[in-house]
Amino acid sequence: MIRTQRLAAGVCALLAALTAGIAFPAGANADETTATAPKVDLVIDVSGSMRAKDIDGQSRMAAAKQAFNEVLDATPEEVQLGIRTLGANYPGDDRKTGCKDTAQLYPVGPLDRTEAKTAVATLTPTGWTPIGPALLKAAEDLDGGEGSKRIVLISDGEDTCAPLDPCEVAREIAAKGIGLTIDTLGLVPNTKLRQQLSCIAEATGGTFTSVEHTDELTDKVNQLVDRAADPVVTPVATTGADQCAKAPTLKSGLYTDREEFGQQRWYRVDVPDGYELRASVSAAADREVNPSYGLLLRATTERGREIVRGEAAGNGRTDAISTGLRYPKAEREDVEGEVAPETVCLQVTHSFSAAGGVKTTPGLPLELTVDVVHGPDASSDVAAFGLGRGWWLLGALVLTGFLAGLVWGWLSRWRVAVWRTN
Amino acid sequence: MRITRVLSATALMFGLAVAPAVADSSPSPSASEDSGAPSQAGTSFRTAAEFEQGQTATASASTGDYLYWSFPADAGQRPTVKATVKLPDTHAAETWQIDVYDGLRRRQACQYGAQTRTAPANAASVELDCVLRTVRAWSEPWADDPLPGTYYIRLTVVDVPTSDLGLPVGAEVRADSKDVGGAAAVDGSLAEPLVPGVAVKSREDEESSSASAVLSSIEPEDGWASGWWSDRWVWTAIGGALAALAGVGGYTLTRGSGRPTRVPPGA
Repeated sequence: MIRTQRLAAGVCALLAALTAGIAFPAGANADETTATAPKVDLVIDVSGSMRAKDIDGQSRMAAAKQAFNEVLDATPEEVQLGIRTLGANYPGDDRKTGCKDTAQLYPVGPLDRTEAKTAVATLTPTGWTPIGPALLKAAEDLDGGEGSKRIVLISDGEDTCAPLDPCEVAREIAAKGIGLTIDTLGLVPNTKLRQQLSCIAEATGGTFTSVEHTDELTDKVNQLVDRAADPVVTPVATTGADQCAKAPTLKSGLYTDREEFGQQRWYRVDVPDGYELRASVSAAADREVNPSYGLLLRATTERGREIVRGEAAGNGRTDAISTGLRYPKAEREDVEGEVAPETVCLQVTHSFSAAGGVKTTPGLPLELTVDVVHGPDASSDVAAFGLGRGWWLLGALVLTGFLAGLVWGWLSRWRVAVWRTN
Repeated sequence: MRITRVLSATALMFGLAVAPAVADSSPSPSASEDSGAPSQAGTSFRTAAEFEQGQTATASASTGDYLYWSFPADAGQRPTVKATVKLPDTHAAETWQIDVYDGLRRRQACQYGAQTRTAPANAASVELDCVLRTVRAWSEPWADDPLPGTYYIRLTVVDVPTSDLGLPVGAEVRADSKDVGGAAAVDGSLAEPLVPGVAVKSREDEESSSASAVLSSIEPEDGWASGWWSDRWVWTAIGGALAALAGVGGYTLTRGSGRPTRVPPGA
């Protein structure tokens, strides 16, 4: 649906340009488009282990290069693509230097396919696997702009640069609230790599894929780049307060926040008479959490009386738990003139608990949608317009009609008889 | 004479009364086949791939992904969500699950259907289904009855060994619904269907017509029902007509042929 909208918009724009008879100069609205252009940074592992020849008979590096060439050809125009390497330059044994080895192979920006391909062709498997530092740098590469941001990490071995845990790095990047997603691809992964890469992916709401064939790699990277090009609503970062009086006032829209374990978050929404408040909230489990959890969203008056609540509970593997509520405020007829809108306080609490040894800061990401819609919400009868249905209704109506007919007939007969007698 | 009249009246009654029952059981049309159905899934509520009822949405994904789709459901429908996951050639036993959420992201209960199912090791595929409750036109804010609007489907593996994480799978989902008709009709309607971001969307429509991303741009093919029509009108109208007929019947029975029988003709 979104795609067709975009296509339709594109066609309209093209038509408009054609009918006007002027071709827009290329740079005319470049500022607008670059500000919201989706950005993708491909982070590729060029460590020594990429020499292993176990993907369709060729080396992992060769497979990655082939996939990259195809991806570069298929990248949509609007996507700004960059390439970053890790472990590409330092062949030595010094761990400290090896763990700083990450470089920008092709800067994030409008894509020059030939240049990018030439750059990719120069890669040779060399050094260490500093995933954490590479992710940090990649996040810097993507800085700025309002479009969606995506890191695609392709690696064949787990991070060799402890104690900097790449999973925690990913969580911290996500906590910056820049709306960045990290997708990970493991080349012929072992259990440890699977764990690490899926942890990185889950920390940012991304996906982990294990790759054993070149075409799988190409398809997946293409899919991820295309996904980055799909326009999505960017949420607005907000910070809820610990009590209603200090809470930020939200209007209709999509918001994100962070909520630590055991914390509560308050927000305020103004609801005029005759409007309906709709709020829903999701709390994402971006790290390992204990298997039982819950989420509570309460709408209260400013004085603390609860109006309505939404609650959810669950257990087992999950990415998020969500709930919502709606509060229709009736139109008041007895009040004259303008009435100040009612302030409704929204309280969000979750009952996730962190699994042992997992860092509790930053808090879990919350996503809050608020809609204040105008219009009636009324019901006067359980049945539609007081109408009935079913055989009992028909029976009752027929019986009543028949009895009424009988009485009426008897009455008129009696009347005629009385008239005749007189 | 009288007997034939009564008989024909009964026949008429019966014929009329059967009509609404027949109208009740008409299944919802599933005409369009896969035209424009998405071939990939979203990874969150925000990015859920939208499809229409009757379409089959597909996606290639990895074990462990959370896949999201959304579809519209209107008042009087009872949606059934079906999902098929094609699993890789070799894998351990894994448990898959579908969850359905409404436009307020509230989890909606499945009346019946295998919402969670465990595929034995190396099984080729696993099938899941969920039959939702009937979507009502209105309910009290304190109830979590299904209401017209966007419905989200989340498909994921809930129990999987680490060794199977990331393996490629293919997923197919489909939503169809049974038209329940007037039995579920209520006198009431929502201000707007429960489509997330609807307030933002209408505000943007007023101010500028720039095509920007919306949370959910979903709408049934023939628009949202206005809510005033239900087959209760037919039932009640037929009931009224039958009552009138029965009334005439009762009248003729007691009134007779228009003359009191005791009075001799020509008196």
